[in-house]
Amino acid sequence: MNDPGTLLVWSVLLIPTGAAVLLALIPAYTVTARLNMLASLLTLAAAVGLLWARPPTSPYLIVDDVNVVFIVLNTLVAFTTSVFSASYIAHELETGRLTPVSLRFYHAMYQGLMGAMNLALVANNVGLMWVAVEIATLTTVVMVGIYRTHEALEAAWKYFILGSVGIALALFGTIIVYLGARGVVGEGLNAMAWSELVRHAAAFDPALLNLAFVFLLLGYGTKVGLAPLHAWLPDAHAEGPTPISAVLSGLLLNVALFALLRFRMIMAGNPGTLAPGPLMVTMGLSSLLFAAFMLYRRHDIKRLFAYSSIEHMGIITFAFGMGGPVANFAGLLHMTMHSLTKSAIFFAVGHVAQAKGTQRLADIRGLTHTHPLLGWGLVVGVFAIAGMPPLGVFMSEFLVVSSTFARQPLIAIPLVVGLLVAFAALLLQVSRVAFGEPQGSSEPVHASYGPMVLHLGLVLVAGVYVPAPIVSWFQHVARLLG
Amino acid sequence: MNGLSFDIAHLLAGGLVLVSFMLLYQARMYALLNLFALHAVVLSLSVAWQALIQGAPHLYVTAAIALGFKGLVIPLALHRIVQRLHIHRAIEPVVGIGLTMLAGMGLVALSIGVVLPVTAEAGSLAREDLAFSMAVILLGMLMMVSRHNAVSQVVGFMSLENGLILAATGANGMPLVVEISVAFSILIAFIVIGIFLFRIRERFDTVDLHALDTFRGERR
Amino acid sequence: MALITDLIVQGAQMLLVLLLAPLLTGFVRKVKARLLRHQGAPLLQPYRDLLRLSRKEIVVADTASWLFRVAPYLMFSAIWVAAALVPTFALNLVFSWSADLIVIVALLGAARFFLALAGLDVGTSFGGIGASREMMIAPLAEPAMLMIVFTLSLLAGSTQLSSIAAYMSGPDVGIRISVGLSLAGLVIVAIAENARIPVDNPATHLELTMVHEAMVLEYSGRHLAMIEAAASLKLLLYVSLIGAIFVPWGMATADQGIAAYLVGVAVYLGKLAVGGFVLAVFETSVAKMRVFRVPQFLGAALMLGLLGTLLLFVSRNL
Repeated sequence: MNDPGTLLVWSVLLIPTGAAVLLALIPAYTVTARLNMLASLLTLAAAVGLLWARPPTSPYLIVDDVNVVFIVLNTLVAFTTSVFSASYIAHELETGRLTPVSLRFYHAMYQGLMGAMNLALVANNVGLMWVAVEIATLTTVVMVGIYRTHEALEAAWKYFILGSVGIALALFGTIIVYLGARGVVGEGLNAMAWSELVRHAAAFDPALLNLAFVFLLLGYGTKVGLAPLHAWLPDAHAEGPTPISAVLSGLLLNVALFALLRFRMIMAGNPGTLAPGPLMVTMGLSSLLFAAFMLYRRHDIKRLFAYSSIEHMGIITFAFGMGGPVANFAGLLHMTMHSLTKSAIFFAVGHVAQAKGTQRLADIRGLTHTHPLLGWGLVVGVFAIAGMPPLGVFMSEFLVVSSTFARQPLIAIPLVVGLLVAFAALLLQVSRVAFGEPQGSSEPVHASYGPMVLHLGLVLVAGVYVPAPIVSWFQHVARLLG
Repeated sequence: MNGLSFDIAHLLAGGLVLVSFMLLYQARMYALLNLFALHAVVLSLSVAWQALIQGAPHLYVTAAIALGFKGLVIPLALHRIVQRLHIHRAIEPVVGIGLTMLAGMGLVALSIGVVLPVTAEAGSLAREDLAFSMAVILLGMLMMVSRHNAVSQVVGFMSLENGLILAATGANGMPLVVEISVAFSILIAFIVIGIFLFRIRERFDTVDLHALDTFRGERR
Repeated sequence: MALITDLIVQGAQMLLVLLLAPLLTGFVRKVKARLLRHQGAPLLQPYRDLLRLSRKEIVVADTASWLFRVAPYLMFSAIWVAAALVPTFALNLVFSWSADLIVIVALLGAARFFLALAGLDVGTSFGGIGASREMMIAPLAEPAMLMIVFTLSLLAGSTQLSSIAAYMSGPDVGIRISVGLSLAGLVIVAIAENARIPVDNPATHLELTMVHEAMVLEYSGRHLAMIEAAASLKLLLYVSLIGAIFVPWGMATADQGIAAYLVGVAVYLGKLAVGGFVLAVFETSVAKMRVFRVPQFLGAALMLGLLGTLLLFVSRNL
């Protein structure tokens, strides 16, 4: 326990947990909001420290190249979202949409969610990873239903049922992986440690791994929001408070995809298995096309960006399904960029909805005139997410498309069609929202612009220049992913 | 694997599948809850027997948790909820019972047909447990899909988790971490379910999900 | 010489079932009456009824065809042959090579076929109702029966009843859930086929609740006597079938002596008594089901049979 790496990784886990317990006990909102931000900042610091000092791999925890930058990303977005959440929830309290009673556990659940996601990222034991994803699901279910309206309850119930069934299928897949590993590695903890599994993967029974991967893809794929398992996603995003939408889109979907990637690496290590690629490519492509077309007829602004999340998760899954160094690199880059951009968009959208008092797209117009910073921030964010250069998402999408054209030109056609359809839909919607005759109230809103600006700035910088260490890190991981 | 001990394991696991079928065709709420208690009891017996023949004492804990929590506490709590909230006590299936049962049979045959060839190298006990637990899982999902009532969907989900516990115990040597965590998560899950059931009742007169469907946000 | 003794023993079995059938029916009725705190008719009353009926004149409707007169004989002979084939006190008798479960199912099916036709033959509406209800029950009972036959023959490796009984009394069976499921299914099928409560009431006089009784409403005299005898034989058949398969101990094999045969007969009588008693208790404790629920009841038997087969398939292929 003496080396700094172990200390840091335990801090990344224990700070949120401790904060959750503490926050559950304190009722005063302002105090808990500040504590929330402080805890997130400390966790971020610990995560950054992990870039330099890593703990030794234990059967339970692992910090390796694959997850270290995700941990940093996770804690960064968690911190910025906590800053956003402070001002957003303050406004909700003022307008009376939320009561202090219903908010009592909000911050505790938030930190609980962060702790669970961090645990899922650093877990070596695949069962522990599963537990962490389940806890993360449960905390978000509670938070989605926090408004207690009819729609919020329905969204939370649907999310709960679909998420739980997905989790159950993922556990079944995990058990089958253990069964396959047990014969080779022996019983006990080692047969559940991912580092051991990936080392011995070539010796496992391919048929078992195939069966396991189907269940894992269906199970964790539900959590990622791949069509046709996506039914919970739009409702959960639209009916929950916006900080939760940001965290869901920006972080939880990534964590679920990360879990899937861990297993994909195991599958890739065994040459006899059915290639996981075609399955992932199909699901990714169907998600992309489905979501791209659904973007046209949305009437609710948060629902619109929820479908955009489905679309981008589809692109990422497609990229990882294609495999190979370029596509994997693109997938990793896209995960990072999407996380930053989508959360920035939700930061803007949250304040926009508060300012205008509605989430309906038809009632929000002329944002750049009434709330310039929010409006232009939203415009930049939507340009980013639609894939315009020179923002970061463009590069990753370009890489995906070019590598697909090089290897499987026929598949690239629906890919490009989907991207273009989504591009057009998003630009259409945002042009109506941001420009034109102002509609709705013009009162200023006490917003925290910092997080949004920071994220969009990072995305812009990444689009122009990605520092060499990060590039080489991504490339290294892309090779590991197989 | 001794003949008699394998036979008893087969008996208990097969009994679990049988009770899952019986859960499928129940039309009345209290009968459903009592049958679910029976489901949990059969599961705990099966897990206890596995603990005996595998020589894995930590599985006794899992069996006790299944018996106490899912065999007693949860059915009692659901009884109370149904009574207090005056929940509509007849359960209507979406398609007829006959079709549901046939679909269930198909799912059992499917799971047996998928699992047995794939697990050719594992021990006979593990293979059988995996096949039967997949059958129970699929039957639980069928139950969730073929019912309109929220309480029966919850019961279906819990029978699904019972199937998972059976699979986890069949894979002998699986570390305790997973078992306790499965039980732990079930606990939390139920608390959340309970909260939502109460809150749903506040908003609607029945727990009939048809009423919820009118608020489907998908079309917005 | 050995052949003659074997033939005599086989003939004795055939006669035994014929003689015991009305006794079983009378026993069941007596127990039911006693459970309801009536005196009940004497045990031997069914014999007297058969005798009385056989002495009476036959009254045949004008619209009846030759089938009407022939059907009772066909029914009786088919069921008597089937009942005579089921091992009662001894295994591997001379004709036991033909005692195949599927043959028995076929014979019973043939008997039911003729009875239903006879019910339709006269053209009354009660006959029609009875025949249509019987035909609703039969297509569900037979597949369930066949599933049970599959399970048992998968277990024992043969459909021959003597082999099945020998296997079940041996040590290889172990505790199997498939056997339990088959037993439950067979009991349900037996209740349906014998027109017992909860499927049909054998003592009813209300045409709207009849199935079997409605088909035989037009019969009188010795025809009715044959049909009643056939119904008793059917009951005896099912009880002995359940006894032979699921309680197979105590039966003599063909090479043992007279003493073993007598022991076998005594055990068989005991099984009949227990079976009859359980049936009577069951009938008095359950209410008759509504007719449209009968398919669900039989569907349950089919499911039990299917599940038993599937579970057996699993344990065989492990």
